[in-house]
Amino acid sequence: MNSYPISIKPFGQSAVLVEWPNKVDESILQDILDFTDSFKSLEIPDWEISAAYSSLTMVNNKEQIDFKSIKKLIEDCYAEKTRSKVLRKKCLWKIPVCYDEDFGIDVQEVSKRLDLSIENLIKMHTSYEYVVYGIGFLPGFMYLGGLPKALEIPRRKEPRLHVVKGSVGLAAKQTGVYPQDSPGGWNIIGRCPIPIFSAKAKKPCFVNVGDKIMFYQITRAEYDLRKIEGEVGIYTPEKITLDA
Amino acid sequence: MLKVLKSGFFTSIQDRGRFGYRGMGVPVSGVMDDDALRKANLLLDNALDAAVLEITMTGPKLEFDLETYICLSGADLSPTLNNKPLEYCSVIKVSKGDILSYGKLKQGFRSYLAVKGGFQTDKVLDSRSQYFPVTTKPCLSDKDEIAYTETSAFAPTISEIKTKRNFNPNTLEVLKGPEFSILSKNQLDTLFKKGFTISKENNRMAYQLKELIEKHGYSMLTSGTLPGTVQLTPAGRLIILMKDGQTTGGYPRVLQLSEASISILAQKKYGDTISFKLL
Repeated sequence: MNSYPISIKPFGQSAVLVEWPNKVDESILQDILDFTDSFKSLEIPDWEISAAYSSLTMVNNKEQIDFKSIKKLIEDCYAEKTRSKVLRKKCLWKIPVCYDEDFGIDVQEVSKRLDLSIENLIKMHTSYEYVVYGIGFLPGFMYLGGLPKALEIPRRKEPRLHVVKGSVGLAAKQTGVYPQDSPGGWNIIGRCPIPIFSAKAKKPCFVNVGDKIMFYQITRAEYDLRKIEGEVGIYTPEKITLDA
Repeated sequence: MLKVLKSGFFTSIQDRGRFGYRGMGVPVSGVMDDDALRKANLLLDNALDAAVLEITMTGPKLEFDLETYICLSGADLSPTLNNKPLEYCSVIKVSKGDILSYGKLKQGFRSYLAVKGGFQTDKVLDSRSQYFPVTTKPCLSDKDEIAYTETSAFAPTISEIKTKRNFNPNTLEVLKGPEFSILSKNQLDTLFKKGFTISKENNRMAYQLKELIEKHGYSMLTSGTLPGTVQLTPAGRLIILMKDGQTTGGYPRVLQLSEASISILAQKKYGDTISFKLL
C-alpha cells in the first residue's frame, strides 16, 4: 500500500487540514479515503471529515482543539493505516442524461468549438468513467475528474444568472451536474432528471467521494418518466459495486 | 404558535447549525452570532442549541398566541412589546395576544429572539436552521406560524445580563490560513496595516470587502473551507465565508477568523470598517 508525505496544518481553532501531494491522482484519493476510514474506526466523537482532491478537512464540531495532540493522533493513525486495510465498497453510478437541445442549450456551440459532431460529443461524454474527487460548492455538487482532452472547453465568458437544476456541463478539465438552480458559467450540454441531492431522501446524496460516475444517453420520453420517478422518490440510480 | 404578521427584511429560524453533512456539500448554517445565541438561551435556561429567530436589519412584527418567556439579544432594533420598549438580555414574560415589533436599527446588524424551550419547527438533516434548498424556504414570510410550547411559570437562574454589549470593536482576530505563506510583503502590509470596508455583497454566505490588495497568480486544487475562512481571489479581493458559505473552494485561504470574530463580523453591515489582527 502506498504511503505519501502528508502535511498537517491548523485550520482555525477547531479544525485541521491534512494535505497530500498536490495532484489530481486516483491513488492519492484512495490513500486519503483509507486514512479517513482508519481515523473513523477510532470512533472519536465530534469529528467531521471530508475529502476534496488531495486534502482532507477535519473539523471538531464540539470544541476548540489542541493542535499538537491532534497532529500526533493523525500521524500515528496514518502510520497504522498501512497495516490495517479497511474494506470499503466503491460504486460506479450510471447517471441518465438527456442531450436534447431543449436541455443542452450550448450543445451546438460546444460541438462547433470542439470540432466534434453532436453525435460524437455525446458518445465521448458517455464513454468515460469519471472519478468523484470531492462534493462541495453546493449540496450534492460533484467534482469529477477524468474528462478526455477532446472535451476540454473553457468556461463561458459571461456566466448565466440562472442554470436549471440537473443541467450537465463542461468547463475546462471538468464535467458535472448542477444539483440545484444556481448561477453558473459552464457550457450546458444536457440535463439529468434525477436529483443528486435530496434532503428528504434516506441518504441525501447517494454518491460518495471515491465513487465513479458514468453518464448514459436517454430520450426525452425517458427523461420525463425518470423526472417523475425522481420527484416522488421511487427512482434508484443504477449502480455497480467495485472492489475497494 | 408565533404568528408572523410581517416578516421583516430577512428573518430566519436558526439553531447552532447542521453538523455531519459537510461531506455532501451542505453548509453548516446556524446563527451568525454565536455569542448572542448563547446569551439568550442561557438566560432562558434553554439547551444551547435551542432554535431562535435571527432578525436582520429590519425586524418583523410578531404575535404570540401562547404564554411564554422570551429573551432578545444581538443588534439593537428598538424592540417593543405592545408598543412598550423592551430591554436586551433580560427575561421577559409574554401573554397570549402580545405583539412584538421592531423599529429603528440603532447598533449592530443581526438581532435574536429566543423563546423558552426554543422554536419547535421540524428538523431537516438534524437541524432547524433555514437554508434553501435543504429547507423548503430560506427565511420566514408573512403569515408563517412557528410552533413553540406554552410556559406559564418560569423562575430564571439569572434574569438579566447588565453589561451592555459593545458593538464598536472592529478588529477581527485571525489565525494564519492554510495558504498564508503565499502572501507577499506588500500584501501582508496592506492586510494588517490598513482598514477594510464591508461591501454591498454581504449576507449569510459571505462578506466581501471593498478594498483590493495586490493581485496574485496562485492556483490550487479545490479544498475545504469553513465559516470564517478568508479567501483571496486572483484580482486581490478578500471574501470572508460565513455560516451558509460553501464547504469547498478554489481560492487561497489566507486567513481564518477566530470564532469570537465571526460573531463580531456578523454584526457589521455595508459601509462598516474592520481591520485584521494576527493572534
